[in-house]
Amino acid sequence: MADRARKRRCVVLCIGNPQRGDDAAGRAVARALRAFLDEDEIIEEEGEATRVLARLEGADAAFIVDACASGASPGEIQRFDIGAGPLPQTAFSASTHGFGLAEALELARALGALPPHCVVYAIEGAAFDVGATLSPAVATAVDIVAVRLRAEILGG
Amino acid sequence: MTSRTIKVDQLARVEGEGALKLIARDGVVQLTEFNIFEPPRFFEAFLRDRMYSEAPDITARICGICPVAYQMSAVHAMENALGVVVDGPLRELRRLIYCGEWIESHTLHVYMLHAPDFLGYEGAIEMARDHADIVRRGLDLKRVGNSIIALLGGREIHPINVRVGGFYRTPRKRELEALGENLKRARDRALATVRWTAGFDFPDVDRDYEFVALRGDGEYPFSDGRIASSRGLDIAAAEYDEHFEEMQVEHSTALHARIKARGAFLTGPLARYALNSASLSPLAREAAQEAGLGTVCANPFRSIIVRAVEVLYACDEALRIIDHYEEPERPAIDLEPRAGTGFAATEAPRGMLYHRYQLNADGKIADARIVPPTSQNQPSIEEDLKTFANAWLDLPDDDLRHRCEQTIRNHDPCISCATHFLRLEIDRGG
Repeated sequence: MADRARKRRCVVLCIGNPQRGDDAAGRAVARALRAFLDEDEIIEEEGEATRVLARLEGADAAFIVDACASGASPGEIQRFDIGAGPLPQTAFSASTHGFGLAEALELARALGALPPHCVVYAIEGAAFDVGATLSPAVATAVDIVAVRLRAEILGG
Repeated sequence: MTSRTIKVDQLARVEGEGALKLIARDGVVQLTEFNIFEPPRFFEAFLRDRMYSEAPDITARICGICPVAYQMSAVHAMENALGVVVDGPLRELRRLIYCGEWIESHTLHVYMLHAPDFLGYEGAIEMARDHADIVRRGLDLKRVGNSIIALLGGREIHPINVRVGGFYRTPRKRELEALGENLKRARDRALATVRWTAGFDFPDVDRDYEFVALRGDGEYPFSDGRIASSRGLDIAAAEYDEHFEEMQVEHSTALHARIKARGAFLTGPLARYALNSASLSPLAREAAQEAGLGTVCANPFRSIIVRAVEVLYACDEALRIIDHYEEPERPAIDLEPRAGTGFAATEAPRGMLYHRYQLNADGKIADARIVPPTSQNQPSIEEDLKTFANAWLDLPDDDLRHRCEQTIRNHDPCISCATHFLRLEIDRGG
């Protein structure tokens, strides 16, 4: 336990609504990652800003996966280094109170609570219909992000 | 004739999508329209032909901020239709989960949505850069509210443990006691919040509202009590439809509610406080007095203080419930379906929430009616704008727009509940 406590704390925050088509992309990445990462490090959330903030607290590194709607091609993967600058708000403003992932991360930065290493993987969604499954392009992107994340986290 | 047009495409820091239109001619506001263009959501139609027992889980989906209110109005109305009253520890647990919702919802509004208006920030992120400790206090306070909902509701958002007749599972005494220490710290933070908000600079304005809220029997109301008003209304929830009506207006997809005899009214923290301030806990009452609220507060800008007082009360009340909690023998009482109509009004954080259900003999829902607080408050919000904006017409466009937005935020409208962005259009006539 002592070794574990000293270990660099890394969280993988997988965001999305499992009932809303491609919005579930982050959650699907969580399932794919569990095959080769410590279960404790993988957290699934629906994306409410204060909960995202709480999840980032005390982490040395955070890898966040979310679906986005930036106008890119469905399944396109974007990687953002949050330490270098804010997330583009327009692509991630899905929250009803105007507090989405972009705002949560900027609030964390303002509070000095942003993990020293913070990366967001965004998967462009095609459709967000209630009850729908992942579209083929997004399902393919989920597998690619899982492999890229594994390499980035494990250094493999 | 002098005139000017201002348009704002999105009003930030409100729940949902809508717009505001303000028309002024020769320095006088002629018209204010609070437009809600979020599509109708048809929840009342979804409920038809579903079992009475499904209503709490279906209606909880109306709002991610105040799902407990929808569940509480649903279960009370169903129990009213089925002729049962849930009392004892189960009633106390229902008050406790409502405390959780008031704490998390009010704290979100006070710290993240409303306070930046008074401190001159664009939003909470900008405020956090200068006031990190204060924002952290708000986030810690909100988290305690969420933890109450998670414990009693099974999860923080859209709880799944509430049922008609009680709960699916009730907590052990030790589980509640574990919340106690956090709640004591939360109570200190809530008191600090009252003092912090009381120090803000408020416009010196009052409105002659007809306040409408539940009036508890010596108890600050969550789910019980008669529907009362500051102009003498005193009715049971079953009489709501006789005294209140909803009307369609062209500029909004949400219905506008009014008192048939008199028109616009106001529900929410100011109304609850005006009708029930004597029933607050001693600590909350003392804090309210120290903050200068008096027994009635008719200045909507000062609603942020009343919300802070209600958060303090909710912490105090939650601690009282936990201290006295005795585990119930069963998590829910038995129910037999029967034909009938049930009515209930409960106090969502942003105002009174009315539900009415007509049940068939097999327990299926034949008809449902839901009147959310924002539908009820829309006409009063428009009247606030019409009353206050006259004094602001000389302000530059950006300042006028900000004042109008703040006027709407005073009432923490939940536009998603009522039918989501707010566009603001100000037409000064030229």
